[in-house]
Amino acid sequence: MIAELGLALLWFAAAFALLQLFTGLLSLREAGAGFAESVRPVAVMQGVLVTLSFLALIWLFLRTDLSVLLVASNSHVDKPFVFKLAGTWGNHEGSMLLWVTVMALSGAAIALLERRLPERTMLATLAAQAFVSLGFYAFLLFSSNPFTRLEPAARVGAGLNPLLQDLGLAFHPPTLYLGYVGLSVAFSFAVGALMTRQVGPQFARAMRPWVLGAWIFLTIGITAGSYWAYYELGWGGWWFWDPVENASLMPWLAATALLHSVSVLAARDALRIWTIMLGVVAFSMSMVGTFLVRSGVLTSVHSFAVSPERGSFILALLCLYIGGALVLFGLRASTVNEGKQFAWSSREAALVFNNVALTAILGIVLVGTLYPLLTEAFGVRVSVGPPYFNPVGAIFAFPMVVVMAIGPLLRWREDRFARVGRRMIAPVAIFAIALVAALVLAPGIGILPLLGLALAAMLAVASVLPVLGRNPRRVKLAVWGMVVGHFGLAVALAGMASNAAFTTERLAAAAIGDTVAVGPWDVTLSEIEPIAGPNWTALEGTMTARYRGGAPVVLRPQARNFFSPPTATNESALATRWNGQLYAVLGQEADGGRWQLRLWWKPFVTLIWIGGLMVALGGLLALIGRVIADWKQRAIRVRLAERREYREAQP
Amino acid sequence: MSASLKPKHQRLVLVIVALCVLIGAGLLAAYALRNQASYFYVPSDIVADPPEPGQAVRLGGMVADGSIETMDDGVTIRFTVTDGQASVPVEFSGIIPDLFVEGSGVVAEGSMGPTAFIATNLLAKHDENYMPRELQDMTEAQQREVVAETYEAQAQ
Amino acid sequence: MSAPTPGRRSRWTIWLPLALFIGFVALVAYGLMAPGERDVRSAMVGNPLPQFTLPAGVEGTPGLSRADFTKGEPRLLNIFASWCVPCAVEAPQLDTLAAQGVPIDGVAIRDRSEDIAQFLDRNGNPYRAIGKDDVSAVQLGIGSSGVPETFVIDGEGIIRYQHMGPIMERDIAQIMSEWRKAKEPL
Repeated sequence: MIAELGLALLWFAAAFALLQLFTGLLSLREAGAGFAESVRPVAVMQGVLVTLSFLALIWLFLRTDLSVLLVASNSHVDKPFVFKLAGTWGNHEGSMLLWVTVMALSGAAIALLERRLPERTMLATLAAQAFVSLGFYAFLLFSSNPFTRLEPAARVGAGLNPLLQDLGLAFHPPTLYLGYVGLSVAFSFAVGALMTRQVGPQFARAMRPWVLGAWIFLTIGITAGSYWAYYELGWGGWWFWDPVENASLMPWLAATALLHSVSVLAARDALRIWTIMLGVVAFSMSMVGTFLVRSGVLTSVHSFAVSPERGSFILALLCLYIGGALVLFGLRASTVNEGKQFAWSSREAALVFNNVALTAILGIVLVGTLYPLLTEAFGVRVSVGPPYFNPVGAIFAFPMVVVMAIGPLLRWREDRFARVGRRMIAPVAIFAIALVAALVLAPGIGILPLLGLALAAMLAVASVLPVLGRNPRRVKLAVWGMVVGHFGLAVALAGMASNAAFTTERLAAAAIGDTVAVGPWDVTLSEIEPIAGPNWTALEGTMTARYRGGAPVVLRPQARNFFSPPTATNESALATRWNGQLYAVLGQEADGGRWQLRLWWKPFVTLIWIGGLMVALGGLLALIGRVIADWKQRAIRVRLAERREYREAQP
Repeated sequence: MSASLKPKHQRLVLVIVALCVLIGAGLLAAYALRNQASYFYVPSDIVADPPEPGQAVRLGGMVADGSIETMDDGVTIRFTVTDGQASVPVEFSGIIPDLFVEGSGVVAEGSMGPTAFIATNLLAKHDENYMPRELQDMTEAQQREVVAETYEAQAQ
Repeated sequence: MSAPTPGRRSRWTIWLPLALFIGFVALVAYGLMAPGERDVRSAMVGNPLPQFTLPAGVEGTPGLSRADFTKGEPRLLNIFASWCVPCAVEAPQLDTLAAQGVPIDGVAIRDRSEDIAQFLDRNGNPYRAIGKDDVSAVQLGIGSSGVPETFVIDGEGIIRYQHMGPIMERDIAQIMSEWRKAKEPL
């Protein structure tokens, strides 16, 4: 009954999306101006209906209703509560429903809260939003119905992929999805503004919170995904340049560029066309990412249920949205009014450089990701990995870090390089010191880790200069956001470089009682025992690790075998200190009662994810700052209007 | 300085600079991809036209029956990868994937060393879709197909 | 970039993103359409079954061996498992085929006898015999890449046709005709 109700609600929501599209478009014409008032309520209603439909699906998963095909193929009666909940969106159909739900809720939020945009742009935006949603409704209703019944009902259900049965991963995909959907809102704004040709600071300020929000979720999603791959795959790496990882990185790169160009547009009314273009590109990258992951055109370690049919559907949507937006862009871009000019020695110019560099990196990642597909067309099989991405990406990333250090010190409009040069003395000195120190401490250090460490040190110092010596209370929250975000990037870069430069690895076969040394650690294997979990059995090794002969730390890595479906995984064990992590993996039994152990000592590796979270925190501070500022401005405007009315009412 | 430029000129300069950077990035990517992409080899390719020593490649084929031997250190194994026509000795130090057994398909990432292919990573797919098969009594075309299937085991 | 001035010089750059996008779509469309990349057909089609002998999947039924497939009558060999949901989805279609007189044998992959029995209770039992394949030996031997899969084996023990994934309503006619074709020698 609940399944049928959910499906009916989904159909109703789709009907309201259609209504939203038509009333939105009609109200843009003079003859249809009467429809304008109905667009907002329709958008809110659409949000309510699809949310109820999603709640119905959650209900089915929590009850483990095995007469529903999706539940039977992705859940299990014995599964813990959290994973039942996560099962709702841990599959193709459910994640698409989550996507369309969040999208409709954003539409409802715009309809209820947005009052700055010119009304016509606002209506065009809601129409564009409905158009995007309709594609996903069609996808759900015609090709991926989450409420399909299974006759007869299954007995126990199939279980999640055990690799995915992990708390971190249960909340990782929805986080990325929230980011993708946020970018779809930015896309709708861009299309709406193109339709009415009203691009300017007001538009940028309306769009900015959505870009910021999307960017925060993407940052958290990528950081969490990287940590998941690090401890779950048991390979000791934190980024593999895998297509799935690239699929989440590319929207982030585009969103980062968009975030900065929106700032230029809001503050200085420049980069109008470029911002619109990035709005389209950022959403295209989320769609391209989803497409690459779901269609199976590229193979990946993170396997999803892959289907060429679904791939074709997503590709069709991609063509419709992005192709359509780009045609509209080509037709309208040259008729949007001109923005302002700026000087080369200004904050704007630094941001333009940042945008070009980010776009170049985006292009490099995209080309590297698609290259295997291209060569396959000529019958050659290749794979592209770190030897390509790391150095080629760094060629653009390192200059960008330098500009990141200088840019915030520059003034808007125009500045003198000499003034900024004086402020850069300290960061440049730190750069030189870090360079020399790294060369002395680690003579064999590679060029990329070396520059990475030195640049991280420089950026860390430079990023706090904008608030140094100022009264912290009087610094705007958005500025704090920028400082924390840039500092976080320096921290993450330091972690990456340190991990690349100073990691020590040890592979050994150890008998019970043997001690293996790795870096400053001595690790003793004390026992190997079979243990059983709810749906797996494992061999668990117990190891005692001592850092420079200090207090013992116990590590318990496992070699796990799941039985539903049968799969084997290696569960790594970690010992975290302030200055790094010890990473242990248990392998197979070797000859003579010995066991394979793989150990890594990774100095300061945790900075990668701490930095990533700081970047997200910076975004959050900026978002809160912007929203509060907007709210205050609105309050002032309302008061002014009241006063004017009062004065006019006086004789 | 550009404040004195006419708007049209500033725009033109910006577009040209941005395009140059992006085209430069494209050319750089194309150049790097030619050198850094790791190509897929089967044993007969390696025998016919070996890659440069040290060049990262992927080697795919079947683990020959009876060829796996463990070295004394307990973590290094040697085995032979074959496609039915040619064989290549492979050396690997590390944790062996669970589904790695004689007669199974494997993709080894690594590079040619002086006496053997030095694998840095072995890929064998960890699920029901993994499909190794005996090479016995198979025609050359079928062996090619088997090798094609081991592409499926490429996990990265 | 900051603003357009209506001029001939900049017009084409505005269409550049669309051109790049079309290139991307052409590339991935090719990738999607490229045949045979994801469906790995068994190279064993047209070849005889390999030798195998499997113990019975459920108590009180016979086991399964290659000899069962060389008795002059074409049969279906269905690879399934009780933990596999698509297998439950295809069960009614197997029942239909069995009702039309097609003999079906099953191979249960990495399964337990009591689970198989439960599965048959619930979804019906179209099988003449079920073999229990605990190490996927037969599955790998005949080149099946997943569960469920169904093979048509002719009376000489030669694999004639492979169906991958669950048998749906629309597949029944195809499988019936392949089974009839298998009555004629190659």
